[in-house]
Amino acid sequence: MAWTRDQMAERAAQELEDGFYVNLGIGIPTLVANYIPTGMSVQLQSENGMLGMGPFPYEGEEDADLINAGKQTITQLPTTSYFNGADSFGMIRGGHIDLSILGAMQVARNGDLANWMVPGKMVKGMGGAMDLVAGVKKVVVVMEHEAKGEAKLLEECTLPLTGQRVTDLVITDLGVFTIERRGAPKMTLIEIAPGVTVEEIKAKTQATLDVSV
Amino acid sequence: MKKVQSNVSDALAGVLFDGMTIMAGGFGLCGIPEALIYAIRDSGVKDLTVISNNAGVDGIGLGVLLETKQIRKMISSYVGENKLFAQQYLSGELELEFNPQGTLAERIRAGGAGIPAFFTKTGVGTIIAEGKDVREFDGESYVMERGLFADLSIVHAYKGDTEGNLVYRKTARNFNPIMATASKFTVAEVEHLVDAGTIDGDHIHTPGIFVKRIVHVPNPTKHIEQRTTRPRLVAASGVN
Repeated sequence: MAWTRDQMAERAAQELEDGFYVNLGIGIPTLVANYIPTGMSVQLQSENGMLGMGPFPYEGEEDADLINAGKQTITQLPTTSYFNGADSFGMIRGGHIDLSILGAMQVARNGDLANWMVPGKMVKGMGGAMDLVAGVKKVVVVMEHEAKGEAKLLEECTLPLTGQRVTDLVITDLGVFTIERRGAPKMTLIEIAPGVTVEEIKAKTQATLDVSV
Repeated sequence: MKKVQSNVSDALAGVLFDGMTIMAGGFGLCGIPEALIYAIRDSGVKDLTVISNNAGVDGIGLGVLLETKQIRKMISSYVGENKLFAQQYLSGELELEFNPQGTLAERIRAGGAGIPAFFTKTGVGTIIAEGKDVREFDGESYVMERGLFADLSIVHAYKGDTEGNLVYRKTARNFNPIMATASKFTVAEVEHLVDAGTIDGDHIHTPGIFVKRIVHVPNPTKHIEQRTTRPRLVAASGVN
């Protein structure tokens, strides 16, 4: 059986390490915060200008001056610091953030990532996605394996790119895949969701896959 | 020179002209200079190029300047929350330049610091880099981006003093401090106006040199785009 959104988030949380500074994207990546192991110190960065993001506030305690990059009300922690947009992206671009977990529309075998624009449709903008994939040390994509029956793991992306050769790891509802960012393109299936077969994954993946499970 | 103005229209008097470029602080609706945006609307100034991370939402923030069609061009990183924006863009009334958020922030910072251009790895190999200089440094490719400098910046701060020194609150800081540096003329609206010397010099985020005029806007209405909360746990349940 394929993994649920929460199980995908739980798997992504295995990429966390004690002392990590992490940026979580909108959607399933946000759920990763629920699976930070007890006793592990992880500081969440919000690119609108905050390090040390706390949980959602209790009803009645929302503060309009305290939001995350998804414009949701949040809270601060004893570890919290605030800073301006240039400092925030200095952290990101400068390689000071250890891990970025984000969603994607397409990922290619060579690590190219597309998640901001579908030609012909109204484009909302890339926000901070291009900076995150270009600057953060390790980039983990969490996404559904297919979109309406269309493969999302491709030999080459067909959508406009967010970044070139930027993806390290992809977690879908069917499995986990590593990608080589340098040298020859290589995407390797390393874990499979319970009850899913290699054949099923290959059938739903357009990229050439190495298998190491 | 007296920086403190008695109202928002005085704060903008003599600095607005058609076709000008304005930077507006804020992230989403957080920390936006809303009273100054209304004053710009009331002035009727038009053909504006507005540099702001977002474009407000329908009827709030920069959304009001879209309603009145005073904006000709937006330079932003994300405009997803605005239906009117989509309409005007698709009909060709509104020009749009998307910048990656960090590139936008750095263009503003650079512009304010007298740096005309810089190289960043953000956007290399994407349509953002098309037509721009790409150079290799230490084996990695970087794209050249230009600094941004506006005719006017409007910013929102939590506290300001009569000298124009500013302090922001929590994530309402966002683009405000960098925009304050990156224009010929910066006007700040502040929730609390205090005498010079009241704010500890070590705690000032924007030094007064960057602020030409300051106006007191007490108790502004603040908007929340995504009100998210968690349930209060019942003490007797024994959970957590």
